[in-house]
Amino acid sequence: MSLHVAFDGITKEFGAVRVLHGVSFDLQPGRVHGLLGENGAGKSTLMKILAGYHAPTTGTLSIGGEPVRLAGSRAAEERGIVLIHQELNLADDLTVTQNMFLGHELRRGWLLDERAMRERAAHALAQVGFDGDPDGKVGDLIVAEKQLVEIAKAQLRNARLLIMDEPTASLTPSECERLFGLIDRLRRDGVTVVYISHKLDEVERITDEVIVMRDGRFVARAPTAETSRQRMATLMVGRELTDMFPDRQPPQPSARPLLSVRDVTVPGWAENVSFDLQPGEILGFAGLVGAGRTELFEGLLGLRPRSGGGIEIDGRTVRLRNPREAMRNGLTYLSEDRKGKGLHVGMRLRDNLTLMTLPRHARPLLSSRSETDALDRAVADFGIRGDPQGVAASLSGGNQQKLAIAKFLQPDPRVFVLDEPTRGVDVGAKRDIYFLIARLAAQGRGVIVISSELIELIGLCHRVIVMRGRRAVATVPAERLSEEELIAHAIGTHTRH
Amino acid sequence: MPSAPTPVTDTPGGAAAGGTGARRPVRRFDPLLYGPFIGLLLLLAVGTALNPDFATWDNWMNVLTRTAFIGIIAIGMCFVIISGGIDLSVGSMAALIAGATILMMNALSGLLLSSVAVVALGMLFAVALGGGFGLAHGYLITRGQIEPFIVTLGTLGIFRAVLTWLADGGAITLDMTLSDVYGPVYYGSLLGIPIPVWIFALAALAGGLLLNRTAFGRYVQAIGSNEQVARFAAVDVDRVKLLTYGLLGVCVGVATVLYVPRLGSASPTTGLLWELEAIAAVIVGGTSFKGGAGRIAGTVVGAILLSVISNILNLTSVISVYLNAAVQGCVIIAVAFLQRRRP
Repeated sequence: MSLHVAFDGITKEFGAVRVLHGVSFDLQPGRVHGLLGENGAGKSTLMKILAGYHAPTTGTLSIGGEPVRLAGSRAAEERGIVLIHQELNLADDLTVTQNMFLGHELRRGWLLDERAMRERAAHALAQVGFDGDPDGKVGDLIVAEKQLVEIAKAQLRNARLLIMDEPTASLTPSECERLFGLIDRLRRDGVTVVYISHKLDEVERITDEVIVMRDGRFVARAPTAETSRQRMATLMVGRELTDMFPDRQPPQPSARPLLSVRDVTVPGWAENVSFDLQPGEILGFAGLVGAGRTELFEGLLGLRPRSGGGIEIDGRTVRLRNPREAMRNGLTYLSEDRKGKGLHVGMRLRDNLTLMTLPRHARPLLSSRSETDALDRAVADFGIRGDPQGVAASLSGGNQQKLAIAKFLQPDPRVFVLDEPTRGVDVGAKRDIYFLIARLAAQGRGVIVISSELIELIGLCHRVIVMRGRRAVATVPAERLSEEELIAHAIGTHTRH
Repeated sequence: MPSAPTPVTDTPGGAAAGGTGARRPVRRFDPLLYGPFIGLLLLLAVGTALNPDFATWDNWMNVLTRTAFIGIIAIGMCFVIISGGIDLSVGSMAALIAGATILMMNALSGLLLSSVAVVALGMLFAVALGGGFGLAHGYLITRGQIEPFIVTLGTLGIFRAVLTWLADGGAITLDMTLSDVYGPVYYGSLLGIPIPVWIFALAALAGGLLLNRTAFGRYVQAIGSNEQVARFAAVDVDRVKLLTYGLLGVCVGVATVLYVPRLGSASPTTGLLWELEAIAAVIVGGTSFKGGAGRIAGTVVGAILLSVISNILNLTSVISVYLNAAVQGCVIIAVAFLQRRRP
């Protein structure tokens, strides 16, 4: 049975925030579709609708020409649609076999039929090239193996349409090759694949057709062979890239660096990392997921154990044992995990904004006036649109991010670290954030941008440090920045330097 | 008011119906915000209808005086629960503080000190001991990284066992001379209002200010709402948590200071189940058990509401007074039912 899927006018709202605005296109059976779009374009939401995790607010999803309402992921699975989550959805404490049959256990009478499950699991695992132990705990597997387990699990459910959300985000080149081979085989078996990725070279290589989404809308589709990476990037961003980014101002000449990090090690995550940051400089950090970028900075902030090395801010050696000491020394860090580490989404805008600088508003009791003034200023300065009396969750992704940036700028840091500053943000807000970052640098602050979006590192940074396998392996200056260069360093195929 | 007493939703956009843009969010009537007050008013009406003795100044002052112990503890408990913690030991703690304080005062009165000085020292000792116990809890929870439920489950047993051992299974009784001096702290009144009610009111006022108008109070809410976010926002999470338990300990100390002159003794049954009554008062008052949002006024009303229930059962015969705890339990579950729409 081949699976023809059509979206017709799909919209989706979360509360007041509309993330899909009438998306219509179809998926051809037995082909590999690359689904492209920047963070916040609505790809994942649309795919979650297809896989039964969300119901569309309006619009119709048709499978095989027949409109359906999927009651849940289980209903989607029964129709052969399986979504493999970016953050793989496996229970670490269960074995490979137990995970594969979770919710679909085979029984003999009242008891579980362990032997039959193990046999079938082993068979499916062999087909995807998994050579580990079906009785081993999933928590002991590496990410690439977990992914194979997910695919084998999908095979076990007779998946006819497989959605992969950034499957190579944390794979090594050889693991990627194995995955691509597997996708090829799935296609030959007639399985439809939707492949979501930011890596345009991969998309170019393994997909038959690309579909581009932007800001919750369908933008374009084209056979992969007839398009170019440049064209894909322009479609994703929606305007010429040169228009997205501010002009690069040179860093301010300075006798000594604003921030100097020497041989810092965050055990398990970063080894002997050293770098300098000049006043007015925008320094990028590139690398694959798991290369240790986020963890390096969490370590610098004292949120993870750190060993050895030294940190100087403005020429003074500083001890940063917790975010409070970092803030007092003029360094703040906005996490990539906005809802988990950046904002209290259930609290009001004002309370979020002033949390880091409450003593400033206390005389000695907190002054509502003073806090509200701070919010009014931030709303004006950062262009935050939304109900100022509401809670942070009521804002759109872009406005939440602006609020978060405003919050971490309240202590007036000299060094500001932004981790994935445009994740889950629409294109307009993205541009605002890029110009804001440039403005912060022009004020003489040092800005560090950790990002997986190479386009943004290339468009914004004065230098980019590439991390691979816990080490800073290269520093690429602005004039040599290109996707090829960064990827080559990130996956370790760079030869010239 | 900087606190967000309205229930807090975590779903994207789930909270503000109006959302972004020009539309203002509709502030709908929130039963949780006013529920405890309405509940109390209804109870007062019922009580008045059932028994003419209910709606008298003396009866109300009596109810409020009895509420003071639990109420003061509940104010401290409110901070702990909002920060995402719990303290199961407060009843045992009160018993041990009472016992230790009485022993200390009896010992001191044999020395050349005036009774007034002894009682004053005893009161200070009780409050300091409570604060010390609380800080010990906080220290084990933050530095020791043990769940608050476990830590205070342990000390619940420890405190009461030590008291029972000190009392040798019986009661520890305050010397007569001291009782006479100490008595007015519970039985006395100022401007017609009993001393414990004054203390209760002052504690509520101070608690409200602390929670809603100070950085500490905001940190407590931020930690309960999402500890990780607070940590990343440079809040000294461990210190704030430590202080919430210390604050609760001080509240238990103050409650004990008021309680000791009432009976003038401490026994293994002193303060029995106070922890449950204090937690119940906080929850009935509309504070989320998950932490993050809560209020002092609600807690005070919650405590009063629970003692009004038992007062009405005492004064009337509609429901047996033996079912007091059952009625209170129904109220708690009903409130939790109303809260369940929080994700």
